[in-house]
Amino acid sequence: MDKLIGLADAAALVPDGATMSFGGFTTQRHPMAFVYELVRLKRRNLYLYGHSPGGDWDILIGAGCVKRVELAYEADEAFNTIGPRWRLAVQRGEIEWEDYSNFSMVSRFTAGAMGIPFMPIRSLLGSDVLARQALSPEQRAADPRTSPKKLDVIESPFDPHDRIVLVPAIHTDFAVLHVQKAAPNGIVRIEGQTFADVQQALCADTVIVTAEEIVAEETLRCEPERNLVPYFAVKHVCQVPFGAHPYAVYNYYDYDPRQLKLYHGGAEDEAAFQQYLDRFVLGVKSHAEYLQAVGGQAWLDSLRAQPGYGYRPDLQRRRLD
Amino acid sequence: MADYTLTELMAVTSAREIKDGEIVFAGTGLPMLGAMLAQRTHAPHCCIIFEAGTVASQLAHLPMSVGDPRAMRGAATAAGLSEVFSYVLQAGRVDVGFLSGAQIDRFGNINSTSIGSDPRHPRVRFSGSGGACDIACLAQRTIIIALHEKRRFPEQVDYITSPGWLSGGNSRQQVGLIRGGPSAVVTTKGVMRFRPDTQAMYLASYHPGLTAQAVAEDTGFALDIEGATETPVPTPDEIRILREVVDPERVFLK
Repeated sequence: MDKLIGLADAAALVPDGATMSFGGFTTQRHPMAFVYELVRLKRRNLYLYGHSPGGDWDILIGAGCVKRVELAYEADEAFNTIGPRWRLAVQRGEIEWEDYSNFSMVSRFTAGAMGIPFMPIRSLLGSDVLARQALSPEQRAADPRTSPKKLDVIESPFDPHDRIVLVPAIHTDFAVLHVQKAAPNGIVRIEGQTFADVQQALCADTVIVTAEEIVAEETLRCEPERNLVPYFAVKHVCQVPFGAHPYAVYNYYDYDPRQLKLYHGGAEDEAAFQQYLDRFVLGVKSHAEYLQAVGGQAWLDSLRAQPGYGYRPDLQRRRLD
Repeated sequence: MADYTLTELMAVTSAREIKDGEIVFAGTGLPMLGAMLAQRTHAPHCCIIFEAGTVASQLAHLPMSVGDPRAMRGAATAAGLSEVFSYVLQAGRVDVGFLSGAQIDRFGNINSTSIGSDPRHPRVRFSGSGGACDIACLAQRTIIIALHEKRRFPEQVDYITSPGWLSGGNSRQQVGLIRGGPSAVVTTKGVMRFRPDTQAMYLASYHPGLTAQAVAEDTGFALDIEGATETPVPTPDEIRILREVVDPERVFLK
């Protein structure tokens, strides 16, 4: 069965108001090309679930596509320890959100992926992540897909002295992953850290995979232990080289410090953020045009990973002019 | 004046908190410098774990993020967050975790979420917990890295993102935490530790050029300075390894 479709067609499947998660972690393997399509399509009122997203969420939030997020962290780590549009949206009251930790969010995806209502964890006790709620009961009630409670604390049914935190399962309409390799039938090969991509995929109704390379099914069937998502859970596959730019993809290319500096240099400023959107997202018609706008083939080739490293050992990261 | 910078002093001081053979949960920035330095000096068998999924990286280049492809270099295993948080951290296998934040109180409770009395309407919003709350709850002990300013060390933090000793005494056990707690706070001005009986922070050492009194004046709560001594300075070897081996690109070193 051939699940290959074009990137724009895949993004057009996402309606306003959808619940979604994106694969990757802060500076690696976010499905950025897909995110840019959502911005161009002017999707609105998205509900996003994540552990540690980065610029994938920041650009969607800044472009006005997002109504509510449930998360642990939103930033590009050493490139910028705060997602500038996330910060502004919270401070201005333009977004609804709920705070968790990475472990609790990943456990929530795991529960959803396993088909159970919650996951017990030993984290959060004593913290305000546990004690305080950012979403009001009314906000929770207004969306039937949102858990009626942020979490619960119980005594273990097997030991009354053992307190344990229950975090509710997540189910999303869509999960979008960007991976190294995929076969037309939906077999997925993630190289390097898997983050929570597998759990996020398996708790979504519709999984869309964008891949650096489309390879023959037989190639991936040679080492089935390295394929972590069952092919039948994947609905659509898109070929998108440099689909995570400006973020890294292990074994394919490094992050692009020049582009990240451009984004973070102005994203806290309305005019500069709008200019960035116009130049790299709204003002281009396709991913191919985006890749031209950020520097073209020669520049992208300079980011390609060196075999044996999986990244670019000579990449200039701090001294950028 | 000895030949080292404040960042280098903090990296060396953090590294010395790590014992050989320990399993270390490291975050981006100074903890990476400290862990890499420890591995190349007194703790060659310490194991560096990043929450995004890698175990026992043999870093050749400093990562810009815990999910950086550079964290894959020489790793013994690589998987995802669930594997590391569940089987390694929650199961009690992490000896020491590094934390940082915008506010820290006398019991080592940390805020990295937001500033303002109502977190629903914050004056300043930060990135959020990430894995910090999990590390604070579940590592055997934690080391906090911070800029030392009065406003960053208030009587009470605006939001407890990462629980320290909570209100002191046995309050950690009372809420159901089964292990852990902060053991040291390495700042731009000194090193703080916690009294075993009250779990309140005290000044263990002040950095060269400062006095215990000066550090106390830059702290928002009454800091116990009894017995404080000067922070031991880095050795020339530590500085050379930091500059030439750990961070020759000057990604984090200043």
